[in-house]
Amino acid sequence: MTISLELEGIQKDFDGRKVLQGVDLRVEAGEVFALVGPSGVGKTTLLRCVDFLLRPDGGSVRYGGQEAPRDPGALLALRRRIGFVAQNPLLFRGSVFYNVSFGLCVRGVEGRTLEERTYEALDAVGLHDFAETKGAKLSAGEAQRVAFARAIVVHPEILLLDEFTANLDPANVAQLETAVAAYHRQAGATVLIVTHNLFQAKRVANRAGFLFGGQIVEIDEVDRFFTNPQDERTRAFVRGEMPY
Amino acid sequence: MLTVAGDIVGITLLSLLVCATSTLLATLIAVPLGVTLGLREVGSQRLLRNLLFTLYGLPPVLAGLLVFLLLSRGGPLGGLGLLFTPLGMVTAQVVVVTPIILGITMSVVATVERRVKETAFVLGADRRQLSVTVLREAAAGILTAVMVGFGRAISEVGAVFIVGGHIEGQTQVLTTTIITDIAQADYGHAVALGVILLAIAAVVYSLLYRLQEKTLP
Repeated sequence: MTISLELEGIQKDFDGRKVLQGVDLRVEAGEVFALVGPSGVGKTTLLRCVDFLLRPDGGSVRYGGQEAPRDPGALLALRRRIGFVAQNPLLFRGSVFYNVSFGLCVRGVEGRTLEERTYEALDAVGLHDFAETKGAKLSAGEAQRVAFARAIVVHPEILLLDEFTANLDPANVAQLETAVAAYHRQAGATVLIVTHNLFQAKRVANRAGFLFGGQIVEIDEVDRFFTNPQDERTRAFVRGEMPY
Repeated sequence: MLTVAGDIVGITLLSLLVCATSTLLATLIAVPLGVTLGLREVGSQRLLRNLLFTLYGLPPVLAGLLVFLLLSRGGPLGGLGLLFTPLGMVTAQVVVVTPIILGITMSVVATVERRVKETAFVLGADRRQLSVTVLREAAAGILTAVMVGFGRAISEVGAVFIVGGHIEGQTQVLTTTIITDIAQADYGHAVALGVILLAIAAVVYSLLYRLQEKTLP
């Protein structure tokens, strides 16, 4: 099962600075959507609003057409349908296995099922043999792959990826992008990727949107978005220039 | 010679008992409180932290005087008969050690709290699971707090001197005996007790350090 994601008029201020100024976006169920834009335009802020890490100052987020429930139990159930990978993920103290199985443990999964699903997620990122390695001993790329495995182990219906390959070497980038594609193919999840890497957006997404000045400037199919953007600011950005 | 050895054993055992008991009691008070305060985002937290930092520097003699006044016959807790007893010394040390363990625990938990809590949150943890995860991540730091607390207790002299009274065979501990030995120019005895004090610190710290290593990532 997979769900759509609808954002309507999302606003967020920080210390009087309007970071998001009415963002409207619909990510269809089962699609891979890339939200691109220069650093500091509020891409991460938007994802954090979607994943309940921030409360928007205005607007609404709907999951499968439904507003987020107020009841804590129902909200927890909704949160557990969403996976999130941060740009600089924190790994907990302990082994890779502990980290990857964390989401299953908090959902009450245990025993053989827990072990099988944890190794399945580790296999997806090529870290089967690292299960007993301590998280602190990993390279940045390996840590990011653990973070991705940790997110998909619970089979989220919506997967949010926040600059998840920034600062990684090409081999790790390729491995993670392959893992995203494989997970999307297998689970049919809705994937929202936030990135300033245009090549990555082209490679992994069906559609792309440009966030600038606190608003979505343009949304289109990936091919058209990159070959024939309509807005002058989008054109400048995809040409590698700074839009104004 | 045997009497001296017996004295040293008695003094050493009492020192260990007083320090271990006071550190344990201070830990039982300070760790749950420090964790609770570290996890909560309350406006008065800064005020509390400033107060704790002030108490870090609380001169042990002042703590000893305070406890002395509380436990003395005319004091509010005089009826308990704890003055000049090991239990009174434990009370004085708990007053000295608790703010230290509390303050460090609170800082450690508050430091790991935000990112750990966020990570556990996005992975689907509920409120209780969030707190347990933060606590687990802060374990090494909390153990450090206990180690520092024990260090303060084993090296403390002023408060236990005032409240214990340094009564021969009853409330003599290593640190107070070293002070009186020096006053009586019995340097050999003082040095021997000093070596024992150092050995105790070394053994206890190596045990705690090994425990801490197990909790590190």
